[in-house]
Parts: sequence; C-alpha cells; structure tokens
Amino acid sequence: MAVLSSIEKISETVWELPVSYKKGMRVPARIYGTEKLLKEMDETVYDQITNVATLPGITKYALCMPDGHFGYGFPIGGVAAMDAEQGVISPGGIGFDINCGMRLVTTNLTYHEVHPYLKELVNRLYERVPAGVGSTGFLRMSRKEFREAVEQGARWCVKKGYGWEEDLELTEESGCMEGADSSKISEKAVDRGFNQIGTLGSGNHYLEIQVARRENIFDENLAKSFGITIPDQVVIMFHCGSRGFGHQVATDYLQVFLKVMESKYGIKILDRELASAPFDSPEGRDYFAAMKCAINMSFANRQVIVHRIREVFSDIFGRSPEDLEMHMVYDVAHNTAKLERHRVDGKIKNLLVHRKGATRAFGPQMEGIPKRYQPTGQPVIIGGSMETGSYLLAGTPGGDQTFFSTAHGSGRTMSRTKARKLWYGKKLQQEMEGRGIYVRTASWSGLAEEAGPAYKNIDEVVEATEQAGISKRVVRFLPVGNVKG
Amino acid sequence: MIKGRKVGMPYQFLEDIATADIAFEAWGNNLEKTFLAAADATMNVMIEELDSIQPIETRKIRLENEALDMLLFDFLQELIYWKDSEKLMLRIKEIGIREENKHHFLEADALGEKLDPERHHQRVDVKAVTLHRFRLEKTEEGWKASVILDI
Repeated sequence: MAVLSSIEKISETVWELPVSYKKGMRVPARIYGTEKLLKEMDETVYDQITNVATLPGITKYALCMPDGHFGYGFPIGGVAAMDAEQGVISPGGIGFDINCGMRLVTTNLTYHEVHPYLKELVNRLYERVPAGVGSTGFLRMSRKEFREAVEQGARWCVKKGYGWEEDLELTEESGCMEGADSSKISEKAVDRGFNQIGTLGSGNHYLEIQVARRENIFDENLAKSFGITIPDQVVIMFHCGSRGFGHQVATDYLQVFLKVMESKYGIKILDRELASAPFDSPEGRDYFAAMKCAINMSFANRQVIVHRIREVFSDIFGRSPEDLEMHMVYDVAHNTAKLERHRVDGKIKNLLVHRKGATRAFGPQMEGIPKRYQPTGQPVIIGGSMETGSYLLAGTPGGDQTFFSTAHGSGRTMSRTKARKLWYGKKLQQEMEGRGIYVRTASWSGLAEEAGPAYKNIDEVVEATEQAGISKRVVRFLPVGNVKG
Repeated sequence: MIKGRKVGMPYQFLEDIATADIAFEAWGNNLEKTFLAAADATMNVMIEELDSIQPIETRKIRLENEALDMLLFDFLQELIYWKDSEKLMLRIKEIGIREENKHHFLEADALGEKLDPERHHQRVDVKAVTLHRFRLEKTEEGWKASVILDI
C-alpha cells in the first residue's frame, strides 16, 4: 500500500499522516493500531480519514480507531472533534444509524445453569425481540406519542413501565439527550420509525447470550465493579440503533446540508458524504436537535429490548428479573456527535466530538459518567463477531489523546458480497451449534455475511487500544446463544 | 469486473468496494432502464428472489430534482421509505423521466406487497443510500449508476 510509505510512526500503536499528505488537510490524521492492523486496513480508510482532516474547525487530529474500515464520508472508526464556534457538524461523521450502540446486562446465573435452557432462551428471545428487514415492535403508539418518546428517550420507556429507574443512570446521557426537538423531524422520519421501537434491525445487529470464563477476566477488581462477580457468569449483550427513524433523520439533513454548504457557507468538501454545515448555523443547530431525537429513539429502543430480555429470562427460570440480578452494566453509543469539554494544548475547549463507529471512553473521575464508575472509568462495550467473542473495557486517563474515544467492535475485513459467496448460512449455523453457539436468524445469507473470518481479530483490536492507553481490557465474553438480525 | 454477475441481470454487486455496506453497479440503454435496474438491485439486497414479490399494491412515486443523480438518490430512498413505513417490498412497473427548464421529473408506478417472512427470503436491511462514490454516468451503451447502500 503506497500510503504506508508516507506514514510516520509515533509509537507502536499510533501512526500519523502529516498535513502535507493531501491538499486541504488542516490537521494531521492519526491512525491507531499495530503495524499488522494497519496493513490489513483498506486503503480507502486512509483516503477517508485524510478527507476528514480537511473539514473546517477540526481540532488537533482526524483520528481512526484500530477497528477502522471502509465507511462513507468518515471511515468507520473515525473520530473528529470540531471547534464548537468555528467548526462544522457533519451527518457523515455520525452515520445513518444515529446512536447505534451496545448494551450489556448481567445475570447471577452460571453457564452450567443456563445451558439446559439455552435453545429455549434463544428461541424465545428471537420471538420477543423482532429482527430483520423492516421489523416492527410490539409498542402501539400515536405519532404524537412517538414524538414525545424521541424527546424523552429511555426515560419515556421507564415511565411506561419498560425497565427500572436504575437503568437510566446506567445509560450514556442518562438515556435522554437534552435538547432533542421533535419539531425538527420530518413526517417521513416518523413514518419510518414509529413502529420500530423494540426491534434489532439487521446487518451486524444482534442479541447475544455470553459467558465470562474465569480465564478471560483481565482485571478482577474492575470486573467486580462492573458486576462480573461469579465464575462462568452469563451476561446478555446486544447491538442496535435508531432504526428507520434515525436513518431518515440523517438522510433528510444530508440533503439540507448539500444545498446550503457551498452556496451559503462556502464550505468545500472532497466527498459529498461529508456534507456539513457550521455547527453554529440554523441548519447545523436544527440537525443537532433532530439528531438528539434519533439518539433518544435508540436509547428507547434498547430500553424496551432490555425489558423484553428480562421478561424472557424471568419466564424461563421462574424467578423475577430482580432475583436474577439482571442489572445493566452500561449502555454505550458509538454513532454520535456530542458537545464535550476537552483540554487541548493546555486550554479547555468546547468541542463537538463526532464518533462514527467509535465509543466514548471516559476515564476515572470524569464528569458525565455514573457515580458508581467514578473510581473505575466508564465501562466500554465492544461487540465482536458472532463466532469469536466480545469485550468489556474501561475508560482510562490516557484517553485524553483521542478525546476519550476508543474502538467499537472488531471491524470488518471482507465485503458482505464476498462473505456470502464463501459461507452458507444454514451450514454455518450447524457448525456453530457443534461448537456450542446456538443461533437463530431472520436471514440465512445475512448470517453468512457475518461469519467470523469476515472480521478482524478482536483480540488484536482491543489489545491495541490498551497498548495505546485509550482503554483497558476487563473481561472477554464468549458467545453461546445468538439472535441475528 | 464481471464476477458475481447473474446472466441477464442489469446490475452487479461489487466484492472489492465497501466492507460493512453493499456496493452495486446498475446499467441500461436509457435512463429509465438504469433507474429500474438500480431499484431492483436495492430491493435484491433485502430480498433474495425478486420474483417472489407479488404485484398486489401500487404506490405512485413522483419526484423532482435539479440534479439528475440526486433524482436517482431520491428514487432509491423512496423504496427504503416504503419498506420501513409500510413494510412494502416494491418493484418498478412503469417509469418515465423527463427534463423541463433544467429540472428533472420522475413518475413511476411501484408494485409489490408487504414483507412475508415465509415467502420472501430476506438478506439484509438497507438503512440508506449513501453519497460516497455515488455516480450516474453516461456510457457508450447508455447509462450506469454506482451506488453504496448503508447496511
């Protein structure tokens, strides 16, 4: 790859493309990862992250996390902090699936106790948490109620009885991003989303039953603080976003920005998918308020799903969810732009931090994380491929080099089109069952596209984040049951 | 790149572009056929066998855009909209595109039915049409569209 000859090694896991690499770059681009991970990255990642470096107001660096791969506009794994006064907001730096994220729930059950009921659990979860193309949920609400729900997020759900009060504290932004304004939302976005609360969606979205084996605990104290306390403990992890609603919000504003970007604001970009508007402009503010609605829709979606998971476990084990200690560990967002305060060259600045396929990873004693995690740093939930495993990490003080951001998953290395030619869904399901992972899916070819080898090695990805000092490994989870979107 | 192309299908999915998303090229000897092929490609990302979609319900699509490529963007986005809002899987029956005073107008009849998991084998859901490397270009044979869909 020609680009690698221009790259400067900053450390074993940090690499820099200087502003001289491409015309218009305002800041250098920094890519995180070992040399091996870097070589495995698609060349487009380097092109995309250096395009990001040209955006007005970008501060310090355009960053790419070790799970970085081919995206649109930004690479997946891209992080860009824009100056709140001078900088832009870009839907392409957030993604169409606004607040796609991860949620992790514990139980006090061991694998030994769950194993006899595994198939029943997965089958019931598959029925209760709809997945697949255009899937719809069980909530019936008016369009007016939906607009209320997207302004209130997970709070709305808990008020309606879907979840526990403590869930809110254990969700990023306490489950509701302040300033969400549903008057900035199109009717089309409401049409696409108002039946979809409580659904997984498709693609790489999933719901998994996982086990924390003793040998996979990296830090026992941190694991305990995060609720992983017994040997072979069973947890539930899932990955989904704001569904058709968020996708339409992003699409709507992409078009708004394209119309005003150059004519009104004189912003020139290298890829239309980087369409932007000044953050401090009527269009920028409208999108920010609309995007917050999509963030809240996604929190609500994951909140209702947690409620359903608790119901299923409670039914099958004949014990209440409280008795099963089905507490949330945390809910993290990995497709967002958020206004945060960070120290840059000794000065505190207001920055609009875009994270697209990157997780916020606030360290100990930072504002904005639950009180109980103040001593430890926030939990970071990293979803791996359905065959290999996932991780729980913790935020660290060293996160200041990436505006406290880290990876979000393992990152793909192979296209979907190629993967579906190499694997057959039904056969893969049987093979996985032989290895002790029971899968239900709405789509056989969708399953084939998610085969483990289509992804990077997650162990290498999270190890790189630890080596770079931007997050710390706590537990690795092994999948045993999976509902695939 | 010819691999992965089924005989007679005026579109192909690309293996070497986009990893988490799906890229395709669609073509035709005129604009209408190219738009129709791109619509089928988009639907084929979600449903394995397009022939399994019965023409039961009709939706009329009326669009206008100054830019021809953005007309295609809006058109594909319509199909994604009906998929979520009414769970409708649609194929284009009639389509006409004309230019007037530097504006492009599209009228199309889309026919299809609600998704039935028993009869329609799903592939993956399409979240959005992206503008990354999005192109509609004139070729020697007619027109070609290059599209990356967000999955």
